[in-house]
Amino acid sequence: MQFTSQQAQEIGNPTFAKSVKEISGTTLDRCYQCLTCSLGCPVNFAMDYLPNQIIRMVQLGLKEQVLKSSTIWLCATCETCVARCPNEVDVLRVMDTLREMALREGVKGKETIIPIFHETFLGSIRQWGRQHELSMLLLLKLKTRDIFSDLGLGVKMLLKGKLKLLPPGVKGSKDVKAIFEKTKGEM
Amino acid sequence: MKRIGVFVCHCGLNIAGSVAVARVVEAIKDYPGVVHAENYIYMCSDPGQDLVRKAIREKSLNGIVMANCSPFLHERTFRNVVASEGLNPYFCEIANIREHCSWPHAYDKEVATKKAIAIIKATVEKVRRNISLTPMVVPLTKRALVIGGGVAGMQAALDIANGGYEVLLVERSPTIGGHATQLSGTFPTLDRPPCLVAPKMAEVANHPNIKLYTYAEIEEVSGYVGNFTVKIKRKPSYIEDEKCDLCGLCLENCPATFPAEFDRGLSQRKALYLSPQAVPQKLVIDPRSCLHFNGDQCRACEEVCPAKAIDFLQQETIVEKKVGAIIVATGYDLFPRERIGEYAEDPDVIDGLQFERILSPSGPTGGEVRRPSDGKVPQEVVFIQCVGSRDPEHGVPYCSRVCCMYTAKQAVLYKRTVPQGQAYIFYMDIRSDAKGYEEFVQRAMEEDQVLYLRGRVSKVFRDGDKIKVWGVDTLSGKSIEISADLVILATAMVPSPGAKELARKLNIIFDQYGFLTEAHPKLRPVETLTSGIYLAGTAQWPRDLPDTVSSASGSASKILSLFSRKELLHEPTIASVDEEVCSGCGYCVSICAYRAIEIDTKRRVARVNEAVCEGCGACAATCPSGAMQHKNFTARQFFEMIDVATGAYV
Repeated sequence: MQFTSQQAQEIGNPTFAKSVKEISGTTLDRCYQCLTCSLGCPVNFAMDYLPNQIIRMVQLGLKEQVLKSSTIWLCATCETCVARCPNEVDVLRVMDTLREMALREGVKGKETIIPIFHETFLGSIRQWGRQHELSMLLLLKLKTRDIFSDLGLGVKMLLKGKLKLLPPGVKGSKDVKAIFEKTKGEM
Repeated sequence: MKRIGVFVCHCGLNIAGSVAVARVVEAIKDYPGVVHAENYIYMCSDPGQDLVRKAIREKSLNGIVMANCSPFLHERTFRNVVASEGLNPYFCEIANIREHCSWPHAYDKEVATKKAIAIIKATVEKVRRNISLTPMVVPLTKRALVIGGGVAGMQAALDIANGGYEVLLVERSPTIGGHATQLSGTFPTLDRPPCLVAPKMAEVANHPNIKLYTYAEIEEVSGYVGNFTVKIKRKPSYIEDEKCDLCGLCLENCPATFPAEFDRGLSQRKALYLSPQAVPQKLVIDPRSCLHFNGDQCRACEEVCPAKAIDFLQQETIVEKKVGAIIVATGYDLFPRERIGEYAEDPDVIDGLQFERILSPSGPTGGEVRRPSDGKVPQEVVFIQCVGSRDPEHGVPYCSRVCCMYTAKQAVLYKRTVPQGQAYIFYMDIRSDAKGYEEFVQRAMEEDQVLYLRGRVSKVFRDGDKIKVWGVDTLSGKSIEISADLVILATAMVPSPGAKELARKLNIIFDQYGFLTEAHPKLRPVETLTSGIYLAGTAQWPRDLPDTVSSASGSASKILSLFSRKELLHEPTIASVDEEVCSGCGYCVSICAYRAIEIDTKRRVARVNEAVCEGCGACAATCPSGAMQHKNFTARQFFEMIDVATGAYV
């Protein structure tokens, strides 16, 4: 199967749909496009494809378009869609799966900052055993090359003592590191 | 002089909500001829009926006006009440003040009340001139005719035969069984039809009460309910059945071949043929394909036949039979796909029934899925739904009802035979509206990984080894191109050829598509407007097997209840001729839809066959001299009614 329209060069890829189903453990085939998921989604205004469209595109095997979409990163994992879906399609697990796939395959999509944020956040926890906001913020600023936005707010928070200068001392920081090591293979 | 009683029903608030019933009673009670008037909340209830009985007894009423709902609902109820008090039931009339008055004028009490009074007064005028009538007794032949030997015809025949009555089953083709024998499986249970249909065929063939006429057609039908006379034309098979012992030598030696109807042209048969699993097991020679009948000297079969059973001189014979009731179960055909230009003429673009044959273990490929052109196992199969259906442009605006399900079934059966293959289904809407159907479609998507694409196909064309399908998926808004090996078109269901001609012979109505029309779409779904003739199966409307079987059993039960009577009673409110006035002009004959009137050529007057007349009144309205009158609906009565009803408004 081929998609002849301009935006889709990718050849329909049944293995993609199959692996999404397997990893997410949810069956997408039941979706009958009632749009309940998209209607209730609190961030639907910002998405390039609505959640129901993402489900359809996965069914059709449009891998590249799906993994590059902003939707998979904008999803706030609030589970409204999952709670409302009449066919028990776990949209949240699908979105998680797609994010994982995009990261693992190094797909550069429309949304760049959100993956960097996730990465930096997890890196901070891995390093300190708990979140250290100041170093994480600085790192994020450097990585995204966006130094000056929210600078005033940062200074205010610092002055009020909301941002700790030193990293937190955590007893189990080694255990946290071990967790990261253990899950590394799976990620 | 009639002593008339008027009974006004509230029908809860259905009538009383907009008609001021007490005022109506007040206005009507002093009307000339009315000696009793009262109102009650539910006249049709037992206490309501008792009020009527009591009034008849106490006030010696001999004319009753029931002001309530439509006569369709309770005319019979109240006529029975009146008859139980010893009055002639035809002295009771209904004044419809619900459907004709309180409902349409629900928001204007004044108008509704005024109109109710006018309707009741007019009905009083009618009752004043009603005459006493008794239903006619008509003899009844307790033998049924079933036309069509498919699933519907067989089911109806079996039901009637099991009820103890004789059945004549007439089938046009050499075998009974119909299209169902061609199918590869049924949805949603995936039974193989041989297991479903074959036992029925055998039962029909062996039933002592069923007389089978295969390879026969209806030549002529006359008469009326309980007393039809049918002429059955038996087509010549050119083989003497008593002599033939089915040795098969003729089949081996016949040189002429013809695309086999049973496999829808996917295999060849000889001019002499016997369909697989045919019931009865009788050979026929098809004169269209036989060389002997097409200017050749060939007598190959005759020469080899050891039993000397071939008879090229056989002629058609006419059998005349009397029957009491008829079931029409002539079935369906598929929409000719050549009429839709988008789908190329190609051996690998086939219709649904052809794919049924390919999937069928008894089919031309022995149950292996191989495409017709080169016998390759198709790896990508595209199903296109609604080919013709829901397409007013091509004259089929209706939904054919079975294609969604049979396409899903075919995709599932395909996937089970070719597990590595991919099936795509282009659909507009999925209509899976019966027990287990939706679940079946969902299973096809989930377990068999059939990819449903919501959209139409713009073009199907040959591209080398492949068939290219250009379509669109409206859910993602993308145009799609599929390189398929096989394309299956779910073509629309249309009435069987010849159904219209048969309907004309039977004098029953068909719709603009040629489907036979029922008497009432909701309340009389298996009857026709001609009493004694019933419908079953897809001759009436596209249906799947369960619906077909239930409609056939419905028709059969109608006939069983008809036959359970000693004789037939016929409504006496029919046309009658005043022979003094009639000039025998024949207008009434031409207008009568039931062929109930004939002209007595000697006396030059019209004569009504009272058993056939359905009392529609068309003749009375047409008669230029007023000689034709409808009993209890005479012109005099109508004019009085009109005067009174409109008097209030002038």
